[in-house]
Amino acid sequence: MTDERTMSDPIITFDKVNKWYGRQFHVLRDIDLTVARGERIVICGPSGSGKSTLIRCINRLEEHQQGHLTVDGVELTDDIKVIDHIRKQVGMVFQQFNLFPHLSVLENLTLAPIQVARMPKKEAEEKAMEQLERVKIAEQAHKYPLQLSGGQQQRVAIARALCLTPKIMLFDEPTSALDPEMIKEVLDVMTELAEQGITMLCVTHEMGFAKAVADRVVFMDQGQIVEQAPPHDFFNNPQNERSRDFLSKILGH
Amino acid sequence: MSTFTPIPPRPAPSSTVGPLAWLRANLFSDWPTSLATVSIGALLLYWIPPLLDWGLLRASWRPDFDACRVDGAGACWGVIAEKYRIILMGRYPFEEQWRPLLATILMTALLVASCMRAFWRRWLVLLWIGVLAAFFTLMYGDILGLTKVETDRWGGLPLTLLLATLSIAMAFPLSLLVALGRRSELPAIRSVCTLYVELVRGVPLISVLFMASFMFPLFMPQGLTIDVLVRVLAGITLFAGAYMAEVIRGGLQAVPRGQIEAAATLGLSYWQTQRLIVLPQALAAVLPGLMNNFIAIFKDTSLVTIVSLYELTGALGLALNSDADWRPYKIEGYLFIAMIYFAFCFSMSRYSLWVERQVNKGKAR
Repeated sequence: MTDERTMSDPIITFDKVNKWYGRQFHVLRDIDLTVARGERIVICGPSGSGKSTLIRCINRLEEHQQGHLTVDGVELTDDIKVIDHIRKQVGMVFQQFNLFPHLSVLENLTLAPIQVARMPKKEAEEKAMEQLERVKIAEQAHKYPLQLSGGQQQRVAIARALCLTPKIMLFDEPTSALDPEMIKEVLDVMTELAEQGITMLCVTHEMGFAKAVADRVVFMDQGQIVEQAPPHDFFNNPQNERSRDFLSKILGH
Repeated sequence: MSTFTPIPPRPAPSSTVGPLAWLRANLFSDWPTSLATVSIGALLLYWIPPLLDWGLLRASWRPDFDACRVDGAGACWGVIAEKYRIILMGRYPFEEQWRPLLATILMTALLVASCMRAFWRRWLVLLWIGVLAAFFTLMYGDILGLTKVETDRWGGLPLTLLLATLSIAMAFPLSLLVALGRRSELPAIRSVCTLYVELVRGVPLISVLFMASFMFPLFMPQGLTIDVLVRVLAGITLFAGAYMAEVIRGGLQAVPRGQIEAAATLGLSYWQTQRLIVLPQALAAVLPGLMNNFIAIFKDTSLVTIVSLYELTGALGLALNSDADWRPYKIEGYLFIAMIYFAFCFSMSRYSLWVERQVNKGKAR
C-alpha cells in the first residue's frame, strides 16, 4: 500500500541528503526517503541519531549541504522565496511547544494568518476558534500560554500550526516534555489529525502511537536510515540487528 | 479499598499574621536585624529634628537676604523666591518667558499623555510632531509676531526637558537597530555596530560633548554651521544609544531560540519576527535596566553646561554665581533643583514599575 502511494504521488523526497555540524560531525548521511501524500511516518531511534535534524531540514530550520530535498514539487535551495513558499505548506510542533508567551492563546493562533496570509482579523479569529475547538481547548482562548498545563500548551501549538492549513505536519518529539498524565490528550489530538489525511512526520518514542497510527516506521541510527517498514513488520520482525537492539531496550520493560 | 478524603484548608495560625507578627518578621526577626532596626531608628531620631528645624521652623521664606543673615537663621528659601525665573528659564529674555513656560507645559503634557494606554494610537505620532513643532516655534520665534530667540539663550527646565526627551526618543530606536545589528549574520553590519558601541563606551560623555561643541565645527566646510543645540543633541543621542544597545542586546539573548524557530515555521519574515516576537519579550525582560538608562540620560543633560548651554543645573549657577548677596545660599538652590530632578526621575521609575506589571500579566498563573 505504502509503496504504491510513494511511487504515484511523493510529497517529500530526500535524495542522498548529507549534513554536517561543523567540519567533523556528520549528522545526516546519504539520506534517501520518499514520503507519499497523506502518509503518516513515525521516525524513531536513539538520541543523537539525527531524527530531529532530518525533519528540521524539511522546512529549512536546518540547511542540508549535499543532495536534493524536494517538498511538494519544489526543490529546497537558499532562495528565500522558495523557503517562504515551503514554510507555508509545512506546519511544525516542537518538543518545548514554543508558544509566544507574551501573546494570548488566540493571538498565538491568529498571528501568522493576519501577518503572513493577510487575512482580516475577524476571519482569522473565527478560523482560530475552529482550530481550538478541534483540539478541545476553545474555552482557554483568552488565557496566556504560561497559564495552561503542558498538555494544553502542546494542543494550542498544534492548533497554531494548523491555522495556515499546511499540507505537511512535522512533530519533533511532541510529548517528550510532558508529564505522563498529559501525554494521552496530545496523542489523541494527533491521532484524530492523522485520520483526516494530512501528511505527518513524527519523531517520537511513543511506540503505541506508532503502532496505531503510522503507515511506516523509519528507524535511524548514527545519521543513517537503518530500516523502514510498516509498524506491524517493524515491531514484530525487525530486519536489522540495530533495530532489534533498540526495540528490546525501549519495549523491554 | 480505601477512599481518598481531602483535608479541608484551615486558616494560618494567628501568630503569623497581623501587625505584631509583621514587626517581628520584618524588623526584629533575629538579633542582627533588631540591632539594625534600633540603630537606624536612633540615627533618624538624631537627624530628622535638626533637619526640620533648619528647613522649616527657622527658615526664611521672603526674598530678602537680610532676613537670612540674622543669627540662628535656618534655610534661606527666599533665594528661590528671588531667583526662580532665572533658575527655571536660564538666559531666556525676561519679558518673553511666558513662551518657555508654555512650551514646558506642552512638553510635559505630551510626555504624560504618551505614558497612558488611552493615547497609544497611531495619531500619537502626529501629536508628537505637533507638540515638538509648537515647542520650537514658541522657543525660537521669528514667526507669528514672536521675536527671535537664538538657541544659545534657551535654558533652564525647558532645555533640560528638550534635551532629555529628544535624546531618549532618538537613542531608543538607534539602540534597537544597533542591538539587532550586533546579532546580525552579516559580518559587515556586525562589526560596524560593535565598533560604534565600543568607541562610544570608551569615552566619557563630557568629551563627546566637547567634540560635538568645539571640534566638530572645525571639520565643517567654510560657511556651513550646525546649531550647537543640534550638535549637542546628536552627541547625547549617540552616547546614550551605545549604552542602551547593550542593555537591549542582553534582552535579545534572553529570548529562547525556539521562539525564532516557531516564528520561522509560521512564515514570519526577519523584521516581523523581531517586531512581533523577539523585541516585545526582550524589552520586557530588560525594562528595569532600560529605565536606568533613561533616568541616567535625564540627569546627564546637566553636563551640557560645560559647552555653555544653561539647562537647569547650569541656570542655577548662572542665577547665583554672579550675585554676591545670594551666592551663600546655593545649597538651598541645589535642593530646589534636586527636587525637580527627583520628581521627574521618580515618576519615570514608578511608571516603569507599572509597565512591568502590565507586560508580566501573561506570566501570572
